[in-house]
Amino acid sequence: MKSIAELEKIRQETLDRVAYRKDSGNETRVVVGMATCGIAAGARPVMLAFMDEIHKRNLKSITVSQTGCIGMCRLEPMVDVIVPGKEKVTYVNLTADMVPRIVTEHIVNGNPVLDYTIGAAGEK
Amino acid sequence: MDFYRAQVLICGGTGCTSSGATNIIERFEEQIRKNGLDKEVKIVRTGCFGLCEAGPVVIVYPEGTFYSRVRADDVEEIVNEHLIKGRIVQHLVYKDKGHEDEHHLALEEIDFYKKQKRIALRNCGVIDPENIDEYIAFDGYKGLAKALTEMKPEDVIQTVLDSGLRGRGGAGFPTGLKWKFAAASKADQKYMVCNADEGDPGAFMDRSVLEGDPHAVVEAMTIAGYAIGATEGYVYVRAEYPIAVKRLEIAIEQAREYGLLGKNIFGSGFDFDLFVRLGAGAFVCGEETALMASIEGLRGEPRPKPPFPAVKGLFDAPTNINNVETFANIPQIIINGADWFKSIGTEKSTGTKVFALGGKINNTGLVEIPMGTKLREIIFDIGGGIPNGKKFKAVQTGGPSGGCIPSELLDVPIEYDTLTQIGSMMGSGGMIVMDEDNCMVDIARFFLDFTVDESCGKCTPCRIGTKRMLEILERIVKGRGKEGDIEKLEALAKNIKATALCGLGQTAPNPVLSTLQYFRSEYEAHIKEKRCPAHHCQALLNYSITDKCRGCTACVKVCPVAAITGSVKEKHVIDAAKCIKCGSCVEKCRFGAIEKR
Repeated sequence: MKSIAELEKIRQETLDRVAYRKDSGNETRVVVGMATCGIAAGARPVMLAFMDEIHKRNLKSITVSQTGCIGMCRLEPMVDVIVPGKEKVTYVNLTADMVPRIVTEHIVNGNPVLDYTIGAAGEK
Repeated sequence: MDFYRAQVLICGGTGCTSSGATNIIERFEEQIRKNGLDKEVKIVRTGCFGLCEAGPVVIVYPEGTFYSRVRADDVEEIVNEHLIKGRIVQHLVYKDKGHEDEHHLALEEIDFYKKQKRIALRNCGVIDPENIDEYIAFDGYKGLAKALTEMKPEDVIQTVLDSGLRGRGGAGFPTGLKWKFAAASKADQKYMVCNADEGDPGAFMDRSVLEGDPHAVVEAMTIAGYAIGATEGYVYVRAEYPIAVKRLEIAIEQAREYGLLGKNIFGSGFDFDLFVRLGAGAFVCGEETALMASIEGLRGEPRPKPPFPAVKGLFDAPTNINNVETFANIPQIIINGADWFKSIGTEKSTGTKVFALGGKINNTGLVEIPMGTKLREIIFDIGGGIPNGKKFKAVQTGGPSGGCIPSELLDVPIEYDTLTQIGSMMGSGGMIVMDEDNCMVDIARFFLDFTVDESCGKCTPCRIGTKRMLEILERIVKGRGKEGDIEKLEALAKNIKATALCGLGQTAPNPVLSTLQYFRSEYEAHIKEKRCPAHHCQALLNYSITDKCRGCTACVKVCPVAAITGSVKEKHVIDAAKCIKCGSCVEKCRFGAIEKR
C-alpha cells in the first residue's frame, strides 16, 4: 500500500458488498415474490437474473430480497422495485430475459418499464 | 467482488462460540450448499454483538433480522423460510424482556442497543474480522492514511490530547499526555505496547475488540508509533484468548501484505511492525512494568516507578503502553477530530466506555455507553434489570481494584472521577450486578481471595497483608468473627494502600473498604449476631421445616447425614446438631417448606 488512492479503491470495491450492514433506507430494493406460487412460476431464475445484472453493471446501494405470496398468484413471478422517494412499481409475469431492460431503464435511468407493470397486465 | 443478495452474520465471539456457534455456521454452510444458494447468500463470521445473553446470535441482512438463541436444529428452518421464501422466522426473533409480544426485527430497535453509542465496538458484529477489505470498507486505515500523509507527529499527539481521551484500562491517565512524554524521550529505538492482558473476573471488553475488530488495534498502534517515533510494537495478549490471538495474527499478516505494516507505509518513509506476545494468565502482568518484564522473558513482577515506561520501558527503551479499548478509539478520533470525540460524554470524561455486564442481570453482555450515563440506565434500561423479581442490592465496578456501589448511588453519572469519589473506580469495565441474595462480606472475601491468589509476592504489604485480611474475612463468613475485626481490616487496608509496590496491591483492599463503607451493618451482623442478612453464608444458616411440610419424606431420603426425622404425612424436623447445611433438602422439597435463616 503506497497511496491513499489504493486504499480508497479497496474501500469502494468492498463497500457495495457490505454497505447494507451500515445504513438502510437509502437503497433501491428489488423484492421478488418467492412463495410456492412464485417459485413454481419461475421466480428463482428471475431473481438470479437481477443479481447477475446488478453485479455486471456494478450497481451500488441495491438490495435484492424476497417476500411471500401477495395473493395474485396468476401474475407470478412478481417483482417490486422500490426506488427511494419514488412510488413502488410492481412488475408481473416476468421471465429472466425481461430483467436487463428493467435494470437498465428503471433502476439505472429512472423510467419504469410500463409494458411489464401490473397496470399493463390488467389491460390485457 | 460478487454480489450477494443476502448475508448471514453469525457471531464468532467467545461467548457464542462456546454456546455452539461453530456448529451453526457449519449447518448454514451445509444447508446453503444443499439448496444451491451459495452464489446468492454469504455467510460471515463476525465478532461479538454484545448481547451474549441471547447467544448464539445470527443476523440476516438486508432485513437486519436479529435471531437469538439459535440452535443448530433451527438452521434448516431459517434457510428454508427466510433465505428461500423470504419469510422471517418469527419465533426465533429476539424479544425484549417484558415486551414479549413486540417483535423487533432490527438490531437498533432493541432496548439493549437503543442507549448505546458504539465507537470502540463499532465494527464488532458488523464486519468479518478476518477480512481486511471489510475493515477498509468501513473507513479502516483511513485514520492512519490521514495521520501519515497530512499530519505531523505532534499534530497527532495534540489531537489525542485535545480529544480528552483517557486510558480505558482503568486508571484513566490522559492518553495524549502519555504519548507526549514518550515522544519527548530521545532514543534510537522506542516501542509501542498494547496491553491486552485483561484479567478482571467477568471482564471481556478487550477480548471482544480483538476478536471483532483486530485491525482497529493494528491501525491505532501504527498511528501511535508514528506519533511517538516508535518503529516496533508488541501486543501482549492472554493465551486464554485463542480466538483473539488467531484473529490478531491474521490481521497483522494481512496488514503486512497490504503494506500497512512494514517499511515506508503510504510512502511516508515511516516504518512500523507489530508482534504478538502471549501472556500465561498472571493478573499482575496487566500492570505495565510487570507486563514489560514478561515480554522481555523475565518474571512477571512490577518494579517501582519512576522511571516511567515513557523514559525507560521495554528493553530499557522509551515505551508507550495503552489498553486495547483506548487504542480502538484512536482511528475514529484521527478521522473525525478531537471536537467530535469531546462532544460525546462529559467534560472530564470524554467519549464512551465499554462495560461487560454480568452477575444478576437479565441481559448479560457487552455495552458501550457515552460517559456520564447513569448506572441506573445501564442496569435497568440496557441490562433489563434483575432476573426472577429480586431486588437490586449493589453493583461492583473495577473488578478486584474497584468497589461495590449501593442502590442509593445508582443515579451517579459514570465518570472516572465520580466513581473514584464514591469508593469504586472505572476499572477496565467489568460490571457485576448483585441482588438481595448476595452477601457483601462474601463478595469482599471473593475478590480478596482473587488478589491473594494473584499477588506476585514481591512486596510484603501485598504478599502478607492481603493474606491476613483474607484470613479475617474467612473467619467472619464462617461465623468466627471477633470484636475488633472490622477495625483490624481497616487498619490493614490503610497500610496496604499506602505501601504496596504496584497498582494491584494498592487497590486490593478496595472491595473490603467499599463494602465496609456501604454495608457495614452486614459485617456487624456476621460478627455480633452470627447471622448473614442475605442468607448466603452457609456456616451461619440454620435450616428448619415449617408447617408447609406435607410429610412426603423426600428430604429424609436426600439428607446425606440423616439429620431429618419424621414419619409419613407428619411434619418433619431437622436436627441442627447433625445438619451440615448442604442445602440438598431445600432443593428437593416441592412445597417450599424448608427455610434458611
